[in-house]
Amino acid sequence: MSKTYYDPADLRKFGKITEWSEELGNKFFEYYGKVFEEGALTAREKSLIALAVSHTEQCPYCIDAYTKDGLQRGVTKEEMMEAIHVGAAIKSGATLVHGVQMMNKVNKLDG
Amino acid sequence: MATKSLKKRHSDLANSNRQLEILSNGIFQNGELPTFKAKISETSQFPLKAKKLEILQINVGYMCNQVCDHCHVDAGPDRKEIMTRDTMKECLEVIKNTGAHTLDLTGGAPEMNPDFRWFVEEAAKAGIKDFIVRSNLTIIRANKKYYDLPEFFKKHNVHVVSSMPHWTRGKTDKQRGDGVFDKSIKALQELNAVGYGMPDSDLRLDLVYNPSGAFLPGDQASMEKDFKKALLEDFNIQFHNLFAITNLPISRFLDYLIASENYEDYMYSLVEAYNPAAVENVMCTNTLSVSWDGFLFDCDFNQMLELPVNSKVKHISEYNEDLLEGRNIVISQHCYGCTAGAGSSCQGSVA
Repeated sequence: MSKTYYDPADLRKFGKITEWSEELGNKFFEYYGKVFEEGALTAREKSLIALAVSHTEQCPYCIDAYTKDGLQRGVTKEEMMEAIHVGAAIKSGATLVHGVQMMNKVNKLDG
Repeated sequence: MATKSLKKRHSDLANSNRQLEILSNGIFQNGELPTFKAKISETSQFPLKAKKLEILQINVGYMCNQVCDHCHVDAGPDRKEIMTRDTMKECLEVIKNTGAHTLDLTGGAPEMNPDFRWFVEEAAKAGIKDFIVRSNLTIIRANKKYYDLPEFFKKHNVHVVSSMPHWTRGKTDKQRGDGVFDKSIKALQELNAVGYGMPDSDLRLDLVYNPSGAFLPGDQASMEKDFKKALLEDFNIQFHNLFAITNLPISRFLDYLIASENYEDYMYSLVEAYNPAAVENVMCTNTLSVSWDGFLFDCDFNQMLELPVNSKVKHISEYNEDLLEGRNIVISQHCYGCTAGAGSSCQGSVA
């Protein structure tokens, strides 16, 4: 057993999840592949969305994967950082917008 | 950014045997990854065999005005290997009689060979269908004596193929050196000014993209679209096609991979992206590479690894197209670089 929770080499083994549940695993990878194809959004735009979500999900495997994917697509580091700020802004906004709930509760209990 | 070649630095990796050892040991020796021979054997594609010759690629010398990080030639201002006029004459005899439709001059910076212009003038007379010169662009702006190169290329109807790692200054200069981007842009504008790269022009100008780090190139068509849009909007530059080329793990790129601890991951990426369809059209099956001193190789990469052709014919002076056809291609693990994804060759994707 690994002594750490995350091992970068595990990313290469992602495909092995199908070994213990072949049908569901295959359906997932088929869906995953389809999602990232060129569509109404370009594959490049999807890659940047994936990078931002990788950060909000704090998934180290996904961060490695979509940083590399972005580089392969010619995405610049400035574009990558801006994408992450979009994710961070939504995360912090999502926290702060709950402040309204707190204010409502204070006003109700102590208004 | 290095300023000297591996050879000048007396680096361990300047030795081609050392490079081949690295490519055969470790993850390929312990069975973690299949060797290239084992991989192509899975689809009965071993041995790879040379088909009819289509492209004759001549390396006229390793001297270059740049010292790019990724260079598979280990080229630079300190390299003294230069093709002599005598060897060029031997090449010309072959060019006049070859069945190949493409002549491809490369280096180093081929323009730095003192007999370059003489060779181009003589070779152009042979009337070969597609006559390529691989120009690094900055050479056109390096010295006054090169300023007229766009006109010279035009006069001899040379097809210009130039490296351009990215449409932004930062990524280009990181790979190729400070100031390379601005000089390259100026050179492209000058090529455009004489008619190169314009939409309906017969003066072909293609760009080569290869990644600036330890990752594979993206889809060639998408990259071409992005390059065209950015270069036109930002600099009013036009070109015909973009060739996306994978960096092969040899020479300075291998040195970089090892120093940055990316070697194993990079080899995994290449093996995972292995595409048997790319093997069908890999360039060594229709290309022959000639070194500065006239020896023959299956490709420019094998030339740098000093892996000569597997044929009785070893040198341009004893050239025989019939004998060379059908020869077994010499392979090692670097060959995975040409079979990853959509494949890679000096003409870009192959699958």
